[in-house]
This record gives sequence, structure tokens and C-alpha cells, in this order.
Amino acid sequence: MGELSRIWRESDHRYRLIGHVCRNCNTVYFPPRDICPTCHRDSVGKMEEIQLSGKGSIFSYTVVHDAPPAFRRQRPYIIALIKLDEGPTLTAQIVDTKPENVSSGKRVHAVFRKIREDGSGGILQYGYKFVIDEPPKA
Amino acid sequence: MSEVYVIGAGETKFGELWDRSLRELAVEAGLKAIEDAGIYSRDIGILYGSNSLGAGISYQNDVGSLIADFAGIAVEHTPAVRVEASTASGGAAVREAYLAIKSGEYDVAVVGGVEKLTEVYGSEILDLTSTLLDSEWEAFFGATPAALAAMTARRYLDDFHVSREIMAMISVNDHSNASLNPDAQYRNKLTVQGVLDSVSVAEPLTMMDCSPLSDGAAAVVLASEEFMKKMKIEGVRIVSSEISQDYLALHSRKSVYEFESAKIASRKALEKAGIKNDDISFVELHDSFSIYGLIELEDLGFAEKGNAKSLVENNEIRLDGSIPVNPSGGLKAKGNPYGATGVGQFVEAYLQFKNRADKRQIKDVRYGMLHSMAGSGSTSVVHILGGE
Repeated sequence: MGELSRIWRESDHRYRLIGHVCRNCNTVYFPPRDICPTCHRDSVGKMEEIQLSGKGSIFSYTVVHDAPPAFRRQRPYIIALIKLDEGPTLTAQIVDTKPENVSSGKRVHAVFRKIREDGSGGILQYGYKFVIDEPPKA
Repeated sequence: MSEVYVIGAGETKFGELWDRSLRELAVEAGLKAIEDAGIYSRDIGILYGSNSLGAGISYQNDVGSLIADFAGIAVEHTPAVRVEASTASGGAAVREAYLAIKSGEYDVAVVGGVEKLTEVYGSEILDLTSTLLDSEWEAFFGATPAALAAMTARRYLDDFHVSREIMAMISVNDHSNASLNPDAQYRNKLTVQGVLDSVSVAEPLTMMDCSPLSDGAAAVVLASEEFMKKMKIEGVRIVSSEISQDYLALHSRKSVYEFESAKIASRKALEKAGIKNDDISFVELHDSFSIYGLIELEDLGFAEKGNAKSLVENNEIRLDGSIPVNPSGGLKAKGNPYGATGVGQFVEAYLQFKNRADKRQIKDVRYGMLHSMAGSGSTSVVHILGGE
């Protein structure tokens, strides 16, 4: 699972949340894609990189107990579908909180974290996770 | 264009078959199907091997050739290919065989589906089953098939005010039917409380909401009308066969609880068959997770969105209900050996139409619908059998 090039080539997207925008219809996509599913051929050459804010809200979530080997030490962990303010929905962990604090609709923002490690000798892989926004001070 | 018939079917027991290899299972099922059809290997025009994770689990690719070789037909140079469409491999392979006959190119096609999911120990199997997700943007971040189903379940139960108990009833129904199926992996009865009390996999799903890891193989023989008549065999007609796709990743879909692939494939299949949902005598659906059973009842057209609960509450999904669901025991209890799962649905349908389903026999079977699905809905294959 730890082939370097496979991990390295997605660094920009996973470290800095770089998505794509179709300059034909202005729809924002994450993860990046080279063809807009709305504009099809008309989007060719018009998909541009775009920096996403990392802000969004929880659409749904689960607490994972049965985890793949690379995540065993993190069990149980929270995985969520997060709807970003720019439009797209992505799949990511929610961290720095307990499951009872998580609910659909809560505001979250992206943070840079270690995602997984492949065994004791494998490379560490980094990317985005999300934390719940602090409630505004009264 | 020829009509296409199922003229023979066979399967191994589904379960933890540690003493049986991938090839042994495939050959056993294939031989049963061929004997059942009463044909000889020289009659086979083409063979389709259905398998999803053989390379990762058993270090074996080219499963089509493997099956042909150990079925002893390599010497006849019968064409053999593998069909892979994740957990929909079985349905997709039967559809390829259907098209091969329908086109007039072949008179007889055999489909053999096989999988050995218990070959890998502990949580390592999750690395492999998670390859059926979007590997870079779902699995990379720790999502698993169960995690996706769980996120779908949470929204579905909340948005449509469906109780946890109703969802559990899908698994209970599967176990009840499987108790009558000698090929099933789990023949024990299950209670709603048993589902709720089971160990958590991905909240709110427990282990008893999830299909098990299974080994097994299933095979069917498909033939043209002309061949069938020449051999004086009475087959079961495949009335329609449809396949449809959706986004691979759950997060890209329009809705997390609408399988558009299932909606489109089933609607087209019903249209081509010229029938309505009311004409269907039973459905074998792809309930790899209990929540998917509820959603599929809706997307296959048996209930309005959010209303599958009324079918469940009123016991309409039981063997004696208005739309019996998974008479075989379904993915939860008959078992879910990926590549064999969708082919196994044809075995069940064939037995039902032939009045050979013993204690789980449904009365007056007219049409049956089979739904084979990949992962969380990226591919759906729908077949309708019966008529006449």
C-alpha cells in the first residue's frame, strides 16, 4: 500500500485541499477530476486548480470499530461525509473530539494530520482530517 | 436474436471452507450445473469466470482460464474470460453470457462465480475489500465498505424516521429463510434483539447488519432456445437483463440513500419485460448490509422512497408475504462470496422456478427479480426471469 509515487503525486490535493473548478459551469470538484460530469467535452482544457477553504459541515458520520491494519491503532475513529462550503462532499476523519460531540450539521474545518502508517517500517502518509469549530463566544 | 434460458444450475455450500481451494470450489459448482443441465463439456461455447478479489486474496488472476483448465476443458480450447465488477461480478458475468447467446454467436455459455474471502486472516481482509471503494479518496482516509453503509444508514434512519429495529428485520428475514437452505452459511435463526446486541462494526451497524466473509462458488448454464429445444430441456427464461452505473465514490453521488444504478437498471428491466413490480413473485436483492436491503426495496420499485419500512412491518418480505425477499437467505445468511453471490441468486431463482426449493418454495412463481450490486451502488445488474 505504501508505494511512494502513488502517495506523492496526490500531495497537493491532500495536504492543501487543492480541488478543480470547471471554468465552463463554475462547479467546484473535490477530489480533482479532469472532466466535468456536467459539461463533458466542453470542459476539456477548462478544469483549473482551486484552493478550497477547508470549511464545511458534517453530512453524516460513523464510528469505525472494525478497521483495516493501517488504522488499527486509531480505533475507534470517526469517519464522516463532509460537505465543503464550495460545494463538493468528501470523506474524512473527524478528530480531537468524542463521538458524542459529533452530529450531522455541525461546522468543521480541515487540519493537516498523519492519516496512516504502513506497518512499523512503512512510510507515514499525511493529509486532511477535520475538527469541530469552536462555538462562537457569547 | 435468440431467447436465452437458464438450463442448469449448481452451487457449493457457502461458508468458511478452509479445506477447499478456489479452483476446487469453482469446479464443483460448474460440474453440478453441467450435470443438472444434462450437457457435456463439448457443448459449451464459452465460459465466463466471475471473481472479484482472487488476485489479492489467492494470488490468482485469469480465473476464467483457471476454471476451464481444472474443469478439464482446456483440451477443447473453449474460450474463457474473467468478469470483474466488484461485488456485482456475478450479475455482470451472467449478463455477458446472456449477450453472447442473444447475439447468436454461441448456443451455450457457462458462468462460474467463485470467491474465497476467508483465505486472509484478521483485519487484513479489510485492505482488500476496501479496494472496492475509491482507493485514493475513500479507503485512503480509513473508510471501509461498512463505514459507507453506516453513514448511509444514519441519514436514512434519521430522515425517514425509520427505527433501528426495522433495519434489523432485513437480517432477521435473511436468517429465517437461510434456515431452510442447506447451502447457506448461517442457518441459525436471528432475532431483532440479537442484531442490536451484536458487536459494533461501524455505528449504527453491528456485525449482524453486515454480510459475512464467505467462500463459495455458483454456476449456471445458459442456452439458446434452439439448443434447449434440440436437447428437449425445459429451461427458465431470462426475460430481461440490464446494467447501470453511478459514481464510484459515495461522496460524489446525488444522494447517499438512493441507488440510482439500481433504479435505472430495474426500471429498464421491468419495461423490457413488459411487467410491473406487482408481477414479481420474489426478489433476490444485494443486501450486503441490512440498510441496503431497505433502500433497494425502494429503488427496485417495490416501495416509495423512505417507505420500505411498511413492507417490513407488515411482514410482506417474508416467504408468504406479497414480495418475498431473498428466499435463499440473502447476502447476510446464505453468504456473500463476492464473485459467486450474483450467480448464486440465479441458482436460487432456478430452484424456485423448478419447484425444487423444498421448504422455502414460493407458491405460483411467475417472475423473479435478481439484483447484483457493486460496493455502495456503483454498479447494479438486474435480471428478470420467468414468464410464459
